[in-house]
Amino acid sequence: MVLPKLVGERIKRREDPRLVSGTSTYVDDIKLHGAVYCGIVRSIYAHAKIKSIDTEAARQFPGVIAVVTGADLKSGGAGTMPVAHRFGEGLKVPLRYPLAVDEVHFVGEAVAAVVATDRYVARDAVDLIEIEYEPLSAVVDLDAAYAGGSLVHEQFGTNVAFEWVLNNEIGTGIENAEVQISQRFENQRLAPVPMETRGVVADYDKGKKSLTLYTSTQIPHLLRTFLSGIIGLPEHHVRVVAPEVGGGFGMKLNVYTEEAIASLLSMQLGKPVKWIESRGENMAGSIHGRGQVQYADIGATKEGKITHLHVHILQDLGAFHQLLTPIIPTLTGLMVTGSYDIANLQCTVHGVFTNKVPTDAYRGAGRPEATYLIERVCDLVARATGVDVVEVRRRNFIAAAAFPFTTLAGLSYDSGDYPTALDKALSHIDYAGFRAEQKAARARGKYLGIGFSTYVEVCGMGPSAAMPAGFGWESATVRVDPTGNVTVTTGIKPNGQGQETTFAQIIADELGVGVDNIVINHGDTGSSPYGVGTFGSRGTAVGGAAMMLAIGKVQEKARQIAAHMLEADPADIVFEDGKWGVKGATETGKSLAEIAWIAYTGDTIPAEIEPGLEATSFFEPSNFTYPFGTHIAFVEVDADTGDVALLRYVAVDDCGRIINPMIVDGQVHGGLAQGIAQALVEGVEYDEHGQLITGSLMDYALFTARGLPSFELDHTVTPTPVNPLGVKGVGEAGTIGSTPAIVNAVVDALAPFDVAHIDMPLRSEKLWRIMHGK
Amino acid sequence: MKVTMTVNGEQESNDIEPRLLLVHYLRENLGLTGAHLGCETSQCGACTVIVNGDSVKACTMLAVQAEGAEILTIEGLAAKDGTLHPIQTAYWEEHGLQCGYCTPGMIMSTYQLLERNPNPSEAEIREGLQGNLCRCTGYHNIVKSVQYAAEHMSKETAAVAD
Repeated sequence: MVLPKLVGERIKRREDPRLVSGTSTYVDDIKLHGAVYCGIVRSIYAHAKIKSIDTEAARQFPGVIAVVTGADLKSGGAGTMPVAHRFGEGLKVPLRYPLAVDEVHFVGEAVAAVVATDRYVARDAVDLIEIEYEPLSAVVDLDAAYAGGSLVHEQFGTNVAFEWVLNNEIGTGIENAEVQISQRFENQRLAPVPMETRGVVADYDKGKKSLTLYTSTQIPHLLRTFLSGIIGLPEHHVRVVAPEVGGGFGMKLNVYTEEAIASLLSMQLGKPVKWIESRGENMAGSIHGRGQVQYADIGATKEGKITHLHVHILQDLGAFHQLLTPIIPTLTGLMVTGSYDIANLQCTVHGVFTNKVPTDAYRGAGRPEATYLIERVCDLVARATGVDVVEVRRRNFIAAAAFPFTTLAGLSYDSGDYPTALDKALSHIDYAGFRAEQKAARARGKYLGIGFSTYVEVCGMGPSAAMPAGFGWESATVRVDPTGNVTVTTGIKPNGQGQETTFAQIIADELGVGVDNIVINHGDTGSSPYGVGTFGSRGTAVGGAAMMLAIGKVQEKARQIAAHMLEADPADIVFEDGKWGVKGATETGKSLAEIAWIAYTGDTIPAEIEPGLEATSFFEPSNFTYPFGTHIAFVEVDADTGDVALLRYVAVDDCGRIINPMIVDGQVHGGLAQGIAQALVEGVEYDEHGQLITGSLMDYALFTARGLPSFELDHTVTPTPVNPLGVKGVGEAGTIGSTPAIVNAVVDALAPFDVAHIDMPLRSEKLWRIMHGK
Repeated sequence: MKVTMTVNGEQESNDIEPRLLLVHYLRENLGLTGAHLGCETSQCGACTVIVNGDSVKACTMLAVQAEGAEILTIEGLAAKDGTLHPIQTAYWEEHGLQCGYCTPGMIMSTYQLLERNPNPSEAEIREGLQGNLCRCTGYHNIVKSVQYAAEHMSKETAAVAD
C-alpha cells in the first residue's frame, strides 16, 4: 500500500471541532480559584499633567481590593515598556511606565488600576477614581507634528523621534526626467480589531515565587523575556501561556502595559488577577496600524519606464514606542520599489510623535504602505504618459531571469516571476472587453473601473541579522512517543492560521504516521523550547522549517535504530511508504511505532545510540521570502450616491509551495477583506483635540458579509530556496496586494472627472463630492 | 433576584444581580463559554444565542429579561453523543472559520437564517449574516459554509420525508 501524501492536499482543519462547538478556551474562559478582576482608569485627555489622583472613594467601595497608580508602580520598582530597534542613540525613546506617571500623552493611556471581587464592581470602581488634570496642548495632525507644533515630549525639543535614510541616487537627476509627477499619499490609521480583544489572567504563586501569565498574545516567549524585566521577576520564574487566541493581526505582537499591571497586582495580592479588555479600551489603548503620509516625486520616460522614485515618509508613531513601532515604516522604505526595476531611489523616513495611541504592526506592517505607494505610482505614470496601466507594469517589472535580484534598498528578492502571475490573472478576465464595456457604460452615465496591483512583499521574518533586535529564527521539538504517536512543540503561536493542521500534514508525510497520531502544541513557555512567535507571515516559512530540521534528526535516528533492528547497514536503510527498511526489501521495514518502542525501552539498542526518539531544532533562515502576485478589482461607482460596488475581485498569489490549498485560500480571503476595507471604509479618526471619534464598533467601520463579494483566487507556484519547505508565507499577502487595486479601480472609474488621486478611505460622500464638484 | 430559564434543554435557576448581562450569566454562572464578547455594543454578534426562537445578542440583553425563556447556545447545538450539527459540520468542511472567536455567534445566526430560509441565495446569506462580524475569513468561506449546510440540511429533511 502506498500512503497518500498529505502535503499539498485540502485537509480539513484539526482545530475546528473544538472551535465550532464552543469548547475551546480563550483567555476569558479561564477561571482560576480565587480570581479577582482588574479595571483600568484611562486618560480622557490627549495631553495633560496629572495634578492629583483621588482613590479614596474607590478604595471604600464594597468589593474593591486594591487601587494602584503609576506612582505606586514606579516606586515599587516597576520597569518601563520595551522597544526593539537598531537605531542606537538615533532614536528618541520616551520612558513609559505601565501606568502613567505625572503626565498623560494620549486618550486611552492607562493611569490607574483597581482590583475588585467581580468585573462589574471593578468597572464601578474605575468610575470612582477622581483624577485632576491640567490639560496641555495636543498635536494630532501628522504634518503639523512634523513641522513643529506643540511637543508631545517636551524633553526632546522635537516631535521627530528618528530619521532613516536610504539614499541610492545614481545617474541623472530627477529634474531631467521626461515625465515628472509629485503626489502626496495618505495611508490612514487603522484599528486591527481582532474579534477577541486582549485579556490576561496573572497567577502568582507566592510559595514558588513564580508567575503564570495567561494572555492573548502572538509572542509568548518574547513577552516572557520582556515582562520579566518590567516586573522584576527573573525570567525562569515566569511562565507565559497563550491559550486559544481569537485573532491577532499584529495587535497581539506586543508587550502591553496591562500584562505588566495584572502581573504586578497578582504578585502584590497573591491572587489570580484577570483583566479583560473592553472593545472601547481596545480601540483606544491597544495599537493602531498604518498612519503614514508619503510624499513621492516620480521621474519616468514618455514610454512609461519609471526612472526615479524619491519618497519622504512621515510615520505617525503615536505618543510612545510599542515593541516594534519605529521599525514598521522602515519596511515601507525597504519595499517601496515593489516588483519594479527602478534605477534611482531616495527614501527618507521620519518617525513623528503625536498625541495618539502608538502605531505598530498591523497585518502587512509597513509593506501595504509600500505597495500602495508604488502601485498608485504605476497608475499615475500611466495617466501621465498615456501608456496602459498593465503595460506600465510590464515595462518596469524585474525580469523573471533576474532572480535572485538585489534591490536598490539592498534586499535580495529570493525568487519570482511577476509577468507570469500577471498573465495568469489576465487570463481570468477579458481586459479588452472590459475597456469597451467601460467606455459604453460611461456614455450611459455609469462609472466602471478596473484596478491592478502587481505586488511583491517581504515576509518569512527573519533572518535574525535583519530583524530589529534579532530573533528571526524559530524552534521546534518533534517527539515520537513510545507508542509511536508524535508530539510537536513549536515556538510559533498560531491564532487562526491552522498550523495544527498543516504541520501535521508535513509530519504525516515525513514520518509515516496518520494525522490523528500527531499533536501540535504551542503557546506555553513552560513546556517548549524558547521560540519567537507568529507574525510577519513566518509561521510555516520559519516555524515549519524548524520543524523540518527536527524531523530530519528524528528520521536519521529512526534509520539508525531500524538498521540495528534489521541487522543491516544504516546506509542501506531507506524510508519508503511510511517504513524504514532495507533497500530492495522494504516489506520487512519497521514503522515509526516499532522503532519508537525500541528507542524508549532502551534495553536492546546499542550503547552508541542514545535512548529516546526526540529532536529539537532552531532554524535560522538565510533570507526573507518575497511572495508576489497580481490582483485585479472591478468596481462601479454610483453617480447618485458615490457608493462603490466591488463587482469582481481576481487574485493570483504566489506564496511558494502550498501545504494546504484550503488554508492558503482562507488566508488570502481574510487578507483581501482587510485590505479592501482600508481602501473603502476603514479609518481611525481623532478630532483636533485628540479625542478618539472611532472608539467603538458603532463608529469604526468594518465590512459585514454584505459589503464584500466572493473572491476569485488562483496561484502560481515559485518555491523559495530560503527554507527547506519552499514556502514563502501567505498571511499578509492579501492585505498587502489589495488596497491599491481597489483605489486604482475607483480612480479609473472616475477618470471622466479628471481625478489623479483620491486618499483613502474612499467613502461614498468623498466620491459623490468629486463627481458632483461639491 | 431569582431568574429561571431553560438553557439547552436544562432548566436553570439562579439568584443574580438585575444588571447582569445574559452573556455573562451564560458564561460565568452556567459555565457556557461558547458565546463570546466581542464588542459589547451589538455590532459583532460573537455573543449570539437563540432566545425563544430568535437570534439575540446576549451582550445587550439582561439575564433577567430572559426569565422563563428557552435558550439555545452553541453548546446545545450538537447531538448529545457529540455528533456535530450539520451547520457545525458545514463550517468545518468549508473552512468557515480561522481564529474561531466569531464562530459560535456566526453559527447561531446561521441556525436562525436557515430555519427561516432553508435555501438562501448568496445575497440572502450575506444579508442574513450582516449582524455578525468576522475579521479572519472575509466571509467568503462563511457563505460557502451556509450553502453547504443548506444543501445538506435540505437533503436530510428530504430523507426524513421519504
